[in-house]
This record gives sequence, structure tokens and C-alpha cells, in this order.
Amino acid sequence: MKEIHDFRIIERTEPTANYVRLVLHHGGTMQPIAPGQFVEVRVDGVPEVMLRRPISIHDVDSDAGTLSLLIQVVGHGTRQMSTLKVGDKMNIVYPLGHGFSTDIAAGSQVLLVGGGAGIAPLLYLAKVLQAKGVHPTILLGGRTAALIPTRELFEPCGEVCLATDDGSLGHKGLVVEHPVFAQQWDMIYTCGPTPMMKAVARSAAERGIRCEVSLENMMACGVGACLCCVTDTDDGHRCVCKEGPVFDISTMHKWYENK
Amino acid sequence: MLSVKVHNLQLKNPVMTASGTFGYGEEFADFIDLNRLGGFVVKGTTGSHREGNPYPRMVETPSGMLNSVGLQNGGVEKFCSEVYHRIKHLDTNIIVNVSGSSIEEYCSVAEQIDALEKVPAIELNISCPNVKCGGMGFGTSPDMAAQVVAAVRKVYHKTLIVKLSPNVTSIAEIAKAVEGAGADSVSLINTLLGMAIDIERRRPCMANVTGGLSGPAVKPVAVRMVWQVAHAVKIPVVGLGGICTAEDAIEFLMAGATAIEVGTANFIDPAVTVKIIDGMEAWCKKHGVNDINEIIGII
Repeated sequence: MKEIHDFRIIERTEPTANYVRLVLHHGGTMQPIAPGQFVEVRVDGVPEVMLRRPISIHDVDSDAGTLSLLIQVVGHGTRQMSTLKVGDKMNIVYPLGHGFSTDIAAGSQVLLVGGGAGIAPLLYLAKVLQAKGVHPTILLGGRTAALIPTRELFEPCGEVCLATDDGSLGHKGLVVEHPVFAQQWDMIYTCGPTPMMKAVARSAAERGIRCEVSLENMMACGVGACLCCVTDTDDGHRCVCKEGPVFDISTMHKWYENK
Repeated sequence: MLSVKVHNLQLKNPVMTASGTFGYGEEFADFIDLNRLGGFVVKGTTGSHREGNPYPRMVETPSGMLNSVGLQNGGVEKFCSEVYHRIKHLDTNIIVNVSGSSIEEYCSVAEQIDALEKVPAIELNISCPNVKCGGMGFGTSPDMAAQVVAAVRKVYHKTLIVKLSPNVTSIAEIAKAVEGAGADSVSLINTLLGMAIDIERRRPCMANVTGGLSGPAVKPVAVRMVWQVAHAVKIPVVGLGGICTAEDAIEFLMAGATAIEVGTANFIDPAVTVKIIDGMEAWCKKHGVNDINEIIGII
């Protein structure tokens, strides 16, 4: 069930330049959250911002009643979120959207491919997969080392491989050029810049690998009411906020073939 | 204290939701008790399935937003055979926003909705700014507006609300024309035609280039138009445009609206409608107003 709730910030870190990671405490019983779901954050006190901002759920600790957000500062809304301090409240609507499929057999060969801020939802996914006996390989990319935030948090969840455009960390080049990407996988999950996800999806489709992509379109309502955030799918326009953000590429030929 | 009547439509309170901002109600069922609403207006429904406009379809602007969804919907048959059966049990007024590209399409949709027992009214959308054919084309000329309303009036037997466009020189003239053609009520305003440009990419922000402006930015324009129309016609007026609080709603009532619709505010707070209802009741108590009808049209 979705709810509107005032969370309290109990931890704030700056994992790398232009990113802030906030751990939010519910204070009561948190709704169940699936990996890949997102929240809509109300931004208070900023005249330029009226609508809520969709932010991926980075991590969840149900027992502690916390969820964390990894926020890249890109505009007025995310800048305001980055100024919040421990003890401040954050009003969020959650959990929203259709997340990643986790019906994966234990021992399956699974690859997670994240780029930039798109690595955010993969952390909780990696943890859920690990709890199911799947040990994912996690391939993270960015333009430079500084643009791969929270990579150390992934290390307990599986093997972490890195790729940077400038070679400052890991393989020099794109994530799809990393040797590990060329291996045969049972499942690939990806979230990141659209050109990266389309390249991942095309390669997975060519190799017959099951693959899910997590899209990030501009949104208003977050619940499938306004139909502003639609993506092209093989079945027509679909709401990224409700039917996504995660889509199986078997319904997304039209999307990934359109470069 | 809060009950009002829009023609034959009895509302437990004046608060409804605006078409295209509330889906089919179900999307908000986790946040509010839908039965508390005076009514809700479902997504614009056309004769057949429509995919709408390409993405991007929205952009935030100061105190508002532009949208150019373009009437994406599953078509009237799907509404009648699927959606209707999921929501018909609700104890509130379900109003269907009826859209089309031709008089024949408007009539056909209205006729099919007329047969649905639990839909006591339609809102005839002659004011959508985001479709190439029809929509606002019917709502910007008094003659065209009267023609489509008269045609729908012949086939639709329940409460007929006509939603007006603000993108006209005189909205009162259009209101009088649709009143003369048999409308039972008018609702206003639909969105104001607008545009925004991404100056870094040197491109329009939306794929459809122009879109409809909604949100608090349009509220004073909407209040003015409600006031003008309320003085020009005898049929009840439903007011909308940027309503976010109970105070906003009361302002519309004083300007002449019998009921109001909440739109963009649903995106900011999915529970806002119930807060507006509670706030109106508290306002009435505080100000010694025993019946909300006492303040309607006092300006």
C-alpha cells in the first residue's frame, strides 16, 4: 500500500562530489518496498519547485524502519534536498512503481549494470538477490571515478567491476565494453543514462538474455493518473511511474531500437 | 453543511477532482477515502483508444505546470466494459469527461455513458488545448460550442456539464451559448495554452511544443472567469484552476461556483481533496456559516 509520510533524516553523507546520501527513518511500520521502486519527495521552501521529485530507493532496512536515497544534485529540487540536515523531516509518497523482478533461481548468473546516478536502485536489488542465494556481479560505470558514488556499499553484495570513460578507475571505456559484460548471463538488470541502457538492452536482446531496464522520465503525479511520464513500448505508451520504472526489454523493442 | 446541488447532481460537498489529474480514482484509493468526495471526474474519454502525444508531455513552470498529454485513453468501450465495473460501487458521483474530434464522436461517447447507471453526469470537454482536431476547436466559437452541446443534449439525458476553455476573448459569451443549447452546468477553466523553451538545448520543452498551463499560477484568471460566467448564466458553475486549499475553494464559491474541482494539487499532495473538504467545514464553523450555499456567488 502506498502512503504519504514524514520521514526523519538520521544519517547524511556526501559519497562523492554532487551527490548526497540520506538515510530516512519512518518512526513506525514502514510499507513493504520492492527493489526498483521509488519515492516522490516534496520539496519545501523553494519557489521554483511545486511538483514532487521522483527519487530511486537506494536501500531499505525493514527491521530498522529506514530507507535511503542517493541524490544527484541536478536542479532546484535536488539542491534543496542536499541542504537538509540530520533531524530534518522529509515528506515522501512511497513506495511507487513496479520494481525489478526477483524471481531468480538461486545460483543464477546475474549482472547488474549501473551508470552514474542510475546505480542508486541497484544496491537494494543486489541485497535482495543475495538474500535469495544469487550472487550478482555488479558493473558500475561513470565518466570518472568520482562519478561512481557509494561503490563500496556494493562490495558485500557481490563482485564489483568498474568502468570509467577516462580510465581513472577500472576498465577504461563504456560499461558495455567491459569484458565482464560480454560473458553469458541468465539475467541483466540495468539503470543509468538512456543511451547506456539502450546499448545494454540491444546486446542482451541479441544474446537472448533476459533483461530489465529502469527508466527515468519526467513525472508529475507518480501514481499513473496524469499520464505525463509515458515511454514508448511495443504495447503503446505506458506510464513510467506506474507500469515502470522497470520494464522487461521483451516489450521494449521500439524503445531500445530507437537510438 | 457542505452539500450542494449542480442541476440534478446532489453532492455531499462541493469538492470534485479535475479530469486528467485523478485517473479513474483508483490511483488515489490508498491515500484517501474516495467516498468522501463530492464527486470525481474521470480521465477524458473518446470514441476509440488514443495513444496521446509523444513524450516529453510536461514541464514545470513557476507555480504551475504545462502538460500536453493529448487525451491518451482506452476509449469508451473499454471504460464501459472494464473501468466502470471496478469503480461503480463507490458512494460518490462518478462523472465522465467526454471528448472527441467530431460532433458524431461526442454524441456516440455521450450515448454510451448515458447507459451507465452509476454515472449521473458527464463533463463535455470542448476545451482540450492539446489535440489537433476537435477539443478546443469546439469551445472557442459560440456557434460551434452551441452546435456540439445541442447535438449531445439530444442523446444525453442526465446532468450535462460543459467544460469551457479560457483561451477565448469572452468566456461569458461561450457560456451563454452552451446554456442556450441545453447545458445543465458549465465547468471552467480548462488549461491556458502556454509554451516553454529549453534554452540550453534550443528546443521546446514538450514534444507537442505547446501545452496547457495549470496550477496556482492560473488561479486568479480562473476566479475572474468564474465570476464573469456566474453573472452571465443561470445554470450552476463548477469552478477549477489552481485550487490547492480550502481557502482557494471558498474563493471560487464566493466568485459564483456551486462546486469546485481540484486538479494539479493532487500531484503535490495525493490527499489534498480530503484536507480541502475538512478545511471548508472548519472555515464554515469558524465563520458561523451553517450552509455553504450562503456564500455561493456573494461577490
